[in-house]
Amino acid sequence: MTAPAARPALAPALRDAALAALIALGLFLPLVGLRTDVGPGGGLFLRTRWPDVALLVGVVFLGRLAARLWQDWRAARRGASLPKRLAGPLSRSGRLVAPLLLAFALLLPVIPGIGRYELDLGILVLTYVMLGWGLNIVVGLAGLLDLGYVAFYAVGAYSYALLAQAFGLSFWICLPLAGLLAAFWGILLGFPVLRLRGDYLAIVTLAFGEIIRLVLLNWVSLTGGPNGISGIPRPSFFGLSFSAGGGPGSFADAFGLEPSPTHRVVFLYYLILALALLTNWVTLRLRRQPLGRAWEAMREDEVACRSLGINITTTKLTAFALGAMFGGFAGAFFATRQAFISPESFTFIESAIILAIVVLGGLGSQLGVAIAALGLIGGFEVFRDLQEWRMLVFGGAMVLIMIWKPRGLVGSRTPSVALGQRRTISASMVAEGRG
Amino acid sequence: MAYALQQLINGISLGMIYGLIAVGYTMVYGIIGMINFAHGDIFMIGAFLSLIFLLLVTAGGLDGAAAILLVLVLSMAFTALYGWTVERIAYRPLRGSFRLAPLISAIGMSIVLQNYVQVSQGARVKPMEPLVRGGITVMRDGDFAVQLSTMQMLIVAVTLSVLAVFTWLVTRTPLGRAMRACEQDRRMASLLGIDTDRTISITFVIGAALASVAGTMYLLRYGVIDFYIGFLVGVKAFTAAVLGGIGSLPGAVLGGLLIGLIETFWSAYFSVQYKDVAAFSILVLTLVLMPTGLLGRAEVEKV
Repeated sequence: MTAPAARPALAPALRDAALAALIALGLFLPLVGLRTDVGPGGGLFLRTRWPDVALLVGVVFLGRLAARLWQDWRAARRGASLPKRLAGPLSRSGRLVAPLLLAFALLLPVIPGIGRYELDLGILVLTYVMLGWGLNIVVGLAGLLDLGYVAFYAVGAYSYALLAQAFGLSFWICLPLAGLLAAFWGILLGFPVLRLRGDYLAIVTLAFGEIIRLVLLNWVSLTGGPNGISGIPRPSFFGLSFSAGGGPGSFADAFGLEPSPTHRVVFLYYLILALALLTNWVTLRLRRQPLGRAWEAMREDEVACRSLGINITTTKLTAFALGAMFGGFAGAFFATRQAFISPESFTFIESAIILAIVVLGGLGSQLGVAIAALGLIGGFEVFRDLQEWRMLVFGGAMVLIMIWKPRGLVGSRTPSVALGQRRTISASMVAEGRG
Repeated sequence: MAYALQQLINGISLGMIYGLIAVGYTMVYGIIGMINFAHGDIFMIGAFLSLIFLLLVTAGGLDGAAAILLVLVLSMAFTALYGWTVERIAYRPLRGSFRLAPLISAIGMSIVLQNYVQVSQGARVKPMEPLVRGGITVMRDGDFAVQLSTMQMLIVAVTLSVLAVFTWLVTRTPLGRAMRACEQDRRMASLLGIDTDRTISITFVIGAALASVAGTMYLLRYGVIDFYIGFLVGVKAFTAAVLGGIGSLPGAVLGGLLIGLIETFWSAYFSVQYKDVAAFSILVLTLVLMPTGLLGRAEVEKV
């Protein structure tokens, strides 16, 4: 091209936007414009909402127009795009993010102005960080798309609740047991799905997760059915309880502190932080060992991996078992923190949220998962009054991230093993899709 | 015996609905090799659009067969638009992306559609008075009368005629030939001058239209819908597609009938609570033991 067009052509953009608006009109006219409501007599009637339709169509028209003009302008203006120019400084400052986040997480309870609410939110975010890191082993490292991860979370939670109530075992004995049981279920799921790949595997894990939830819902004599299990014992600090009244044998009494309910919250906060960091540490160590390398090799190409003599069976099963084990730990923690569990907490949407954290954060990236959990769960909390809308935005974000940055927000990472100089692999260099 | 016959009738009419949705799954899988996770929600949108158009049409004074026909056509058209839009927004930009990207995007789209309907139509269930009443008694066995309702006959008749048109479309028209060509080898088809993007779009449009027919039938048969029906029905229809052999169109209908029958007989003779567990277990067992399904072809992975 000789002279780049100084002004983008307006007419085609307008025509394009008008077409988009017309389609939007067709989409929104019946479903948004006509709302079915149950009348006083029990019958249904229609309520019209034309202004909403007009607003939506207008937004689509302007949005499409703006997007087209922006594209034309970008095409006309050659030169380094913004992300490329920022890539250098960003990757340098990126090295600081992880230590800063860790320091912030460690110091959160002692920062002045941090109350009970912020700590509870911190516990929630860290639970999802841990679940995200656990699922990251299965999805991010081993490349096995698991849509039923919440099943292991449920197994952990119910294991702790039932063991603690039936045998009076303490949290510290039940925690490893819950992890072991979840790992056992992970292997149980892993065996039949060894031969499946890709999306078939995803659907089987989804069915598995739903089966576990339905059994929990219907096995009333064991699990209490939809009423769930309540009165789950709280954890103790080396045998010292966090009872509200203080008294002998309590945490406050032993350290000569004023009894306060905040102590337990702070304790739970550090507990989940420790569990999450354990998950992270194990994952990072394993990535450098033969097992972790086998996972990553299997993710890139299963056939090539098998031809090189790697045992696919054990590689897959260990990924499932380890991921499930950390899910089980998180489940036991969830049960002890809530003191009440019911099948409602373990629906498919929960699996989808954990998967979204892993995907948005960038498959395989530990830091990305943590940032995504912080953003997503924090965002959910900020917009908690807009329950319906926030899920709409959440689903939309999943689609948009897949389109714009399929490798996630932190798309680049240093390779686990490298010959000579360790270079960052950028998302564009990772040739995926060869299956 | 009479009880079993009644279950057979119920199972077949339910299975027809699953079969219609399963065709959409199997077509999309055949042509671009992805599981259209949002297809169950397209069915849900079809049911909601049918409800809205039904209320409009009855308010306009129409009733009987003319009303149902009009509702069918209208909701097919508008649901097809949704199917087209979903493909255009969420799947087309991902062609050539990594393997799991379309599935994750489809899950996101499914969440979007569910919550979009929840926001725009409200979370409460929508009960509707039965429009089609009556039926005939097929057999009498003591006190137990085997009923074949007009609605069930309608479901079977509509499904069979829609499937007949669809079969004609796929086997006899240039469009169907293009679709089958894309299914066999997309790159070769595009080299031979077939607009593959357009063919894939049309596949989604047809799949959505069939799901919309299923939605209308579901609405008329059960009379109660909410924004969440798509998930469970979608998974069952997907099970049907897998059981019949994914990629095979007669297989999808056969699988739908089987799933409908299994579900009905399971609820009748074992337990209603565990009927969904039965459906999910069939899905797992089929995929693990018989991934090609009943009428599917084995896929050979080339390196």
